[in-house]
Parts: sequence; C-alpha cells; structure tokens
Amino acid sequence: MKNAFRIIFVGTALLVLGACSQGVKLNDNGPAVSDQSTPAANTDSRAVAQVNVDELNNPNSPLAKRSVYFDYDSFVVKDDYRGLIAAHARYLQAHPTTHIIIQGNTDERGGSEYNLALGQKRAEAVRKALSLVGVADNQMEAVSFGKEKPKALGHDEASWAENRRADIVYQ
Amino acid sequence: MPNQTTLRSIATPFLATLFLALAIPAANAQLHVDVQGVGGTQIPIAIANFAGDATPPQDLPQIVRDDLSHSGMFRTVDAGVAPISDADLIDTGAWKSRGADAVVVGSATRTADGRTTVRFKLYDDVKGQSLGGLELTANSPRDLRLTAHRISDFIYEKLTGERGVFSTRIAYVVRENQNRYLLQIADADGQNFQTALASKEPIISPAWSPDGTKLAYVSFELRKPVIYVHTVTTGQRVPVANFKGSNSAPAWSPDGRTLAVVLSRDGNSQIYLMGVDGSGLRRFSQSAGIDTEPFFSPDGQSVYFTSDRGGGPQIYRMNVAGGDATRVTFKGDYNISPRISPDGKTLAFVSRRGGKFQIFVQDLESGQELQLTDTVKDESPSFAPNSKMLIYATQLGGRGVLAAVTADNRVHQRITSDQSGDVREPTWGPYIK
Repeated sequence: MKNAFRIIFVGTALLVLGACSQGVKLNDNGPAVSDQSTPAANTDSRAVAQVNVDELNNPNSPLAKRSVYFDYDSFVVKDDYRGLIAAHARYLQAHPTTHIIIQGNTDERGGSEYNLALGQKRAEAVRKALSLVGVADNQMEAVSFGKEKPKALGHDEASWAENRRADIVYQ
Repeated sequence: MPNQTTLRSIATPFLATLFLALAIPAANAQLHVDVQGVGGTQIPIAIANFAGDATPPQDLPQIVRDDLSHSGMFRTVDAGVAPISDADLIDTGAWKSRGADAVVVGSATRTADGRTTVRFKLYDDVKGQSLGGLELTANSPRDLRLTAHRISDFIYEKLTGERGVFSTRIAYVVRENQNRYLLQIADADGQNFQTALASKEPIISPAWSPDGTKLAYVSFELRKPVIYVHTVTTGQRVPVANFKGSNSAPAWSPDGRTLAVVLSRDGNSQIYLMGVDGSGLRRFSQSAGIDTEPFFSPDGQSVYFTSDRGGGPQIYRMNVAGGDATRVTFKGDYNISPRISPDGKTLAFVSRRGGKFQIFVQDLESGQELQLTDTVKDESPSFAPNSKMLIYATQLGGRGVLAAVTADNRVHQRITSDQSGDVREPTWGPYIK
C-alpha cells in the first residue's frame, strides 16, 4: 500500500511542480508495483498474496484524466495538460510492461484522410510530450481515428471542440 | 467510330435545365439517380422494346434508356410499346420524322440451358444506315443488367466517340450507424449492389486495383487504421500495412504492382511505396509535417499528394524516381484529395473556399481551374475510366449521398439511396474486360 500511495503523492506533486517532473528518476519510486500479477498458486496455506489496488482505477487519481483537448487547427499540447502528462508518465515509468495507445481525433470538417493525418499529429504531440518526460517509446503507440469516430455527434462548435482530442488508452 | 455527320446534325446546344426524377422500382434497397443539366450535344434516341420471350425480370431497353439519359448526352424519344426485333426491317426515315436521330431495336431469347441471348442493332436515322450491333449472352438475371450496360456502352461509343462507362462498377462505404459500416460494390448506375465487407468499425479510402479484381482500403477493425487488400470475388483479405501507428490512404500504381501508402511509423504521416504483397517498403516523401493522399499519374511516373509543408494543405507532385516536390495548387488555403483523370490531363481535388468544401478540376497543362460543385461538404472525387465524369460524396438533408458530375460541369447527377445511413468514400472502378 505504501508504494501505491507514494505514486499518487508523486503524481500530485508533479501536477503542482509541472516541468520539474523531468528531474524525478524512475528508481526514486523504489520497486515497481505489479498491479496486474495474478496471485501465484501457493502450497503454503498460511501464505498471504498481496494485491495492490491499481490507481488507474481510482476516479480521484490524476490518472483518471486521459483526454487532451486541442484548439482549432492546433497540434500543441497546452500547458494546462502538463500535470496530466506528468501523471501518466510517472505511472508508465513505474509500470514498464504497461502499454498505452494514444488515439488522435479531429472534428468532422474536411477530408477523411487529411483529418486522419491531423489526428495523427495530435496523437503524436501527446506521444512526444510523454517521451520528453521519460516514457519509453516501446510503451506507447500513437494512432489516429481522424474524423471517423466522433465522441460528440453534433454539428456545432461544442461538438467540434469535444472531438479535437487525443485520448490515452491503457492496454 | 463517332459519326460526325450525325453529331453535327443534332448539335443544337440545349441549355435549359432538365430535371428527370426517375422512379426506379425498389425491390430491395437501391440507389436512385436524379439528373440536372444536359450535355452540349444531346442526341435524341429511340430505344424500342425488345422482341422475344425473355424481357422480364430485367427490362433491358429501360435500363439502356436510363443509362443514356442519366449521362446527359442523350434524350430518349418515345418508341411506342410494340417490340421491334433486330431482324425487322427499319425505316430510318420514319424514325427521323418522329424526332429520333438514332434508333435501337433488338431481341432477348431464353436458351434451353436457361441463359439469355440478346441481340440488338443501332441505326443512324440521319444517314439512314446501320451502325452495327452485338450478340450478347447473359448467364443469369444479374448478368442481364450487365448486358444492358454493355448495349449502352456500344451506343454511347458509336454516337459520341467516347468509350462508355455504364458497364463499370463503383465501390463506396455505407455508414449505417456508428457501429455498422459496409463496403459495397454496385453497377455504375448505383443498382445491383453487393456488400464486400461489413464491420463494426469505420472503413475509408477504398481504391480499385487497375484490373478491377481487388480493393485496397483502410479498416479500423483492429482499433487503428490498417491497410487491407481485398480480392472482391473470393473475399480474401490481406493486411498489407499494419505498422506501428496509423496506416492509410492506399493508392495503386497503374501497373498494379506497387502501392503508395501513408504511414506514421516514423512520426507524422508520410508517403511510402511498397509491393502489393507488402514487400520492399521504402520511404517516398520527406517532410516535417503531413504528406498524405498519394495518387499515381496514369503514366506511373509521378505521385500527386496532399502536404501541409507550406502551412495549410496544398497539392504537390513528385517524380517516382525522386527529386523535389512541385506545388500544383495555389488558389485557396485548403486543397486536398488529388485525383488525376485516366487520360492524364486533369486534376480533380477538394478545395475549401469560404468555409465550403467543394470539388474543383484543374487543367494540368494550363493550370486553369473549374468549380464543379457548389454545395458545402463535398469529398472524395473519383474519375470514371473515360475521364468524362466524376463521382463524389456530398450531403443532402443531413445525410451523406453520392453524386456525379461531368468534368465539363454540364451534367449533374444525384444518387440517393433508400438505405439508412450515410453513403461516402466513392471510388469508380476501371473498365472490365
């Protein structure tokens, strides 16, 4: 439990510290928490297998936020998302076998292939931001849905803004 | 060969707008064609009912009449209800005085083994002579529609001098809802569709192989864009580009051996060339931004594509052998989706002007452009194999529908469907041998 709390604390601290997150090394967290390990069969009837609650499932964790929104015709990850990026970076560094897909999206205006490339630019921007704070390339894949899988189905600015987005999806 | 005398004798430019609402019986879901505008030369033609015992279930002469009038190049003249056989003597002078510059007569007879033999003859009523005909055999009722389209192709070529495209096919995607996507193939008139692929995830960018046997397309069924090559008759599918990142925008080289694809494996979307079996991958374009939507010129020597290297998206051209990219479009700040006509003379593309996405063509030699559509959300232009017409996707009443327009902007067709959902991403197939 101690480890799990500590990671949440580090994540929260990074939310405040912002860019300082780059200075935090992976081994500062101590041994990685293995959340996904299934308790091994043990013949010792008195053994206790520890299971750690995965903070990915904690709705109050900064990790619960997984969408990065973009301005119109923009591919820049805004400063507002520095904390979100740092929190996911910390988690991924502590869980080197965990993989994410970053799914880029666009609003409905324009051609399907050009929008696919624009969505890719957004996914790629998030991937680069995570890479810059130390996430290994082999833990991430940036893909695009373009305008093909809109979250908001309206044809107005509110829907378009909702769809100018990249989502971090844990595998 | 074109009959120049016939053409001149009837070349009265008819500029009034004609609107034909053709009610086609909908036994199952079909596409319907509305036509606006007419060609500069509109040939009055009579298609008589065919003699013989095999008219139903497909009304061959009516399919031919629809084909020819949809093209905008013909006006059908009432031929009466009495069947006239290809074996009958034809009084061309009498047809001329009824206002028909050409007349078609024929017969359809069922053979003992269940096939249908169709014979027809075409007459030039102005010169008073036969322009020949064909004997065609249909193996099945579905084949009868193809037979009718082949008759239309024959007539179109004899009287206009251009090869007809009625017997070609189109492919397109139907988005029934956010959880059901269909890749369909239909006759060029939108009839007779068959579903090649049904998926819960989006399908985009279908592209016909030059021999018309395969479709390359992008499917999201693996929760990311992956390029497949799909053999239409067997349904066999091969994922030919499934690299890390997105894989999209497949384009066939004219010899059918190379695919240009867009991959993000090295960062942003860039164009690569590869064998159709996935072999010999090599990077083709080099830019810091987006390079996408490759399209080979018909001579296979160059690739046109969309790039934002200069800021907004514009169309560029690069030699397959290498060298610098040359910018091709200059008007407007958003030009995408380049397609080159099969005769190599014209670029079609989508341009955003005043917030509206519309189809334009540009003469590759003079650079002069022509706006073909004036609606607001037009996408995915695709040339017919005779370079005379384009099919594209547009919106009507909030729904995605297909439309077609002649490259000279004279004739507009709207192809609506009684299927639910949006019809999009059309691509016109090649001539079928």
